[in-house]
Amino acid sequence: MGKVKVPRKSTVVDMTAMTDVAFLLLTFFMLATQFKPEEAVVVDTPSSISEIKLPDTKVMQISIDKTGKIFFGLEGTEFRKALLDNIASKRQITFTATEKEEFSKLANFGTPLSELKSYLGMSKDQRKKYNEETKGIPCDSTQNATNELKDWIIESRRVTNSAAVIAIKGDRDSNYPVVKNIIATLQAQKANRFNFITNMEQAPNL
Amino acid sequence: MADIDTSGGGGHKKGGKKRGKKLSTRVDFTPMVDLGFLLITFFMLTTSMSKPSVMDINMPVKDEQLKDEDKTKIKASQAMTILLTGKDQIVYYFGIGEEVQNPLVTNFGANGIRKVLLEESRKRNPSLDSIKIFKQMANERRITEDEFKANYSRIRNNKNGLIVLIKADDKSKYKNLVDILDEMNITNNGRYAIVDMTPGDLKMINDNPYVKK
Repeated sequence: MGKVKVPRKSTVVDMTAMTDVAFLLLTFFMLATQFKPEEAVVVDTPSSISEIKLPDTKVMQISIDKTGKIFFGLEGTEFRKALLDNIASKRQITFTATEKEEFSKLANFGTPLSELKSYLGMSKDQRKKYNEETKGIPCDSTQNATNELKDWIIESRRVTNSAAVIAIKGDRDSNYPVVKNIIATLQAQKANRFNFITNMEQAPNL
Repeated sequence: MADIDTSGGGGHKKGGKKRGKKLSTRVDFTPMVDLGFLLITFFMLTTSMSKPSVMDINMPVKDEQLKDEDKTKIKASQAMTILLTGKDQIVYYFGIGEEVQNPLVTNFGANGIRKVLLEESRKRNPSLDSIKIFKQMANERRITEDEFKANYSRIRNNKNGLIVLIKADDKSKYKNLVDILDEMNITNNGRYAIVDMTPGDLKMINDNPYVKK
């Protein structure tokens, strides 16, 4: 009576190869990507066939959400600090050192100047709630003091020596009059070159 | 294979000779793999892969002092006006001012404004289709990138080509503006401008029975 002996095979697998793959991918992602800036608004951009990429540095970004609220953002913490200083002296508002520090961390914001001070003192959750209810940065067809976006643009261009690339990131459903006001404001500053941020799309074959 | 060998090298206690314990050099890699994948997940979620693409816009210089006779005149035979209005509709007409032909209504579909733009551009700029040939030559490395660009902008900015005036009304969306600018790029039309709407144009939209309100 010969019993068939089934050889006991080890279930342990060599993990070395898997480690290699995991760390290879990890290295790839660390090198090929960069950290997402914390956006105050969600914007669903329209698509275009354009293949030009947004430059890495000195970007001034004007975002429009789907209800037409305007948000503003300038890249670079040093530029942001200088920007707030200029705005403060222009509008006679004083900011504390902690408020300036908070401002330099903001990727973008959508508060009228009168509420900026309280916004800088808010916690993360409060800001999230505020951004849903805010009216955005005031911008109208006039070039007066009521057009606060104008001041942000002027001062941003000043601190970056007019080298900042202006990028408009509009939501596909935002109304045209808002865009028209922004373009008119830019044109009044002689900023006639700007970019629309879009999603990439395959060009149709004609 | 990858687990730590705990059995050691013992089991031979009979011999008097003292042997050093044979320790396995195998290390368990499973926690390291866990850590690796955890970090990958973290980086995938918190970072963005590529820069967004942008559409370059050049607006004409707005100068209040500019006199009417200094402004660039365009020939009525070259001009085409595209009016953007609500519900993704387009009204377009040819000519300027009084010599305007019947305004027509269309949409953003492939058989809509794109077809019109292509037909009209081809009529005025016969070399338009050679862009395709130049592009293929550039892809096959028969001409350099610079040569392609020179030819491309020469054809696009042909002085007899179509000049498009884009006007958007208050009912239109931002998407419509980007779409029409995109159509300009798709149909290789380099001569266009975003202009303010005149009361006459607005009337043309409002009086048109084919425009859905």
